Amino acid sequence: MSQRNKAVYVGLDIGSSRTKVAVIDAAGHLIGRAVKKSGTDFSSTAKVCLDAALQMADAATDDVAGALSTGYGRGNARFITEENKTEIGCLAKAGYHYFPEPITIIDIGGQDNKIVKIDGSGQRTSFKMNRKCAAGTGAFLEEMASRLDVPLEEMNGIARRSEHMIKLGSYCTVFSATEVLDNIRQGKNVADIVKGVFHSVIKRVLEMDLLTEKVVMSGGVVANNPFIVDMTAELIQRPVFVSEYPQFVGAVGAALYAREAAGH
Amino acid sequence: MADEVQVPRKKIQATDLMNEIMAAYFYDLNEAAISASRKVAWCTSVGPAELLRAMGFAVYFPENHGALLGASRMATDMIPAANAIGYSPDICSYLTSDIGAFLRKTTPLSKAYPGIQSVPKADVLVFNTNQCRDVQDWFAWYGREWGVPSIGITSPRNIGEVTEIHIDDVARQTEALIPKLEAVAGSRLDMEKLRETVRLSRECTELWNKVLATATAKPAPITFFDGTIQMGPAVVLRGTQQAVDYYRVLLAELEQRVRGGIAAVEHETARIYWEGMPVWGRLRQNSELFARLGACVLASTYCSSWVFPSLDPQDPIRSMAKAYLELFIVRTDQYKEKYLQDMIEHFAVDGIVYHDAKTCPNNSNCRYGLPQRLEAKTGIPSLVLSGDLNDMRCVSDEQTKINVEAFVEQLVEGR
Repeated sequence: MSQRNKAVYVGLDIGSSRTKVAVIDAAGHLIGRAVKKSGTDFSSTAKVCLDAALQMADAATDDVAGALSTGYGRGNARFITEENKTEIGCLAKAGYHYFPEPITIIDIGGQDNKIVKIDGSGQRTSFKMNRKCAAGTGAFLEEMASRLDVPLEEMNGIARRSEHMIKLGSYCTVFSATEVLDNIRQGKNVADIVKGVFHSVIKRVLEMDLLTEKVVMSGGVVANNPFIVDMTAELIQRPVFVSEYPQFVGAVGAALYAREAAGH
Repeated sequence: MADEVQVPRKKIQATDLMNEIMAAYFYDLNEAAISASRKVAWCTSVGPAELLRAMGFAVYFPENHGALLGASRMATDMIPAANAIGYSPDICSYLTSDIGAFLRKTTPLSKAYPGIQSVPKADVLVFNTNQCRDVQDWFAWYGREWGVPSIGITSPRNIGEVTEIHIDDVARQTEALIPKLEAVAGSRLDMEKLRETVRLSRECTELWNKVLATATAKPAPITFFDGTIQMGPAVVLRGTQQAVDYYRVLLAELEQRVRGGIAAVEHETARIYWEGMPVWGRLRQNSELFARLGACVLASTYCSSWVFPSLDPQDPIRSMAKAYLELFIVRTDQYKEKYLQDMIEHFAVDGIVYHDAKTCPNNSNCRYGLPQRLEAKTGIPSLVLSGDLNDMRCVSDEQTKINVEAFVEQLVEGR
């Protein structure tokens, strides 16, 4: 440990699309974070993110009192830790940390969606993942952005300009793409199509399970597209809660597990 | 949860004997088909096997061949051949892989049993639609291919209580098969032989049930994955003395394990029930996945499907009809829910895994809200795994891994 004697805990969420690293202090506050495309070398990306997150936390590697990995590439963090948990477990851990009451977490990631339910004591009671299909995931949004020839990061702003949503009927990504093309051919407003694309994502997620009263959303898609949170709230007719850094919820959960293992 | 940890597999010693019995069975079938010394009857897994055996047929079970295609990982390569002649990728992948393998002139039997060139050509195909309609269409294809009769029982399905009306129906259909089978066999049915076959079949399935019941012990001495292998004689040799003798040996070994506290899965931390078809192409992988997590999948509806307590040698045909109707797969969701609730208690399980097999809707019991109802009633958590019995194109290994790991994590943390 460095002279600063600052114990920090690291969570590495190595997702199929993005790698997120969270650094928390002993009180569980998020003090450092970094995100990067996972690319093809998961370990190298995780190292780069770890360095950046530690730097942001004003901490050094020696200050790391515990680390744990999660996500698709959780086996690729052995340069710092052998310990890992599932992303579902980590989402539940952090979800309860931020919202200590019965909640349903809706996490929309690059390749999969998850609905995780937690009771009032923080115990996970159930979870659901999307079936082996891209519908309702970040991959679906990427495909639709490509078909519409709009940058992915602009989808959120474009959707907000829509006045008349165009609903997509299919839950198959390929069939939806055909529907999008048909709407383009008919000269429909792109903003209305984009809104329909977001609507399709939410519909796919909402059909996975029932929701409890309090709903929390997380994941990269949510972080980059707050429009999807507003639309979900409208569809379920109640507020939807989001932590400050929704993309880092899994990584924070991993860091919390590391902190717990260290005796905190 | 280190990914790379290898889990030692505990071999059941009786397996060597089982392999000998199974080899003898397949060579005998092959001999019957090649030499035409005996007539060959194909039979669905819970078709009237006792009747066929009593009439002297060499009895072959193509669903067992389907499982072999899956377990040998040949199935996925065979299925497209059947798809190409109009058999949809959405229908039973036993059917499509089996017909595909036939079209490609290959069989896993050749590798397992040198000298066997093909599946035995049938003289008659006998189905029972108690499990699904696909078996009838499957046999119809071979019937056309070989120009042999495809006959059988069209069973009532989705029934709650098994009534005398249902039993009358199936018993009459079974009786109606007899003259047709006698015409193929060239001999008359000997009722005494049928009684004896039914007696042996009942004894076999009772012993098999006792084998499965050893998993009520903590720790369990046998897993579901072991069971899918060990059930071979109960499937293909029920009604014979060999099957009875084998299960006595297996039962003795497992009872010895129970007495010695020998666990099938070291450090058994979670006890899990498997509902639905096995994923044949991932049998070993799934076995190791659960074992690595200290989770013992110790019981299943699938393996218990070859238990027929109603078989009665004094009333062979009606009792066969009753036994074939009492199967889990033939029953309503209401019955299934109660059955699963009893199994949860009997085996003291912590969680249930439902396999939603893409091509087997009739044996995927998670599509009409049953897991949700059962969980609400018992508080036992459940997980639905999407996959398939034989078509590995429908299986996502990573999704399976994440789901299983998260589920076991949930069960352990919930204590």
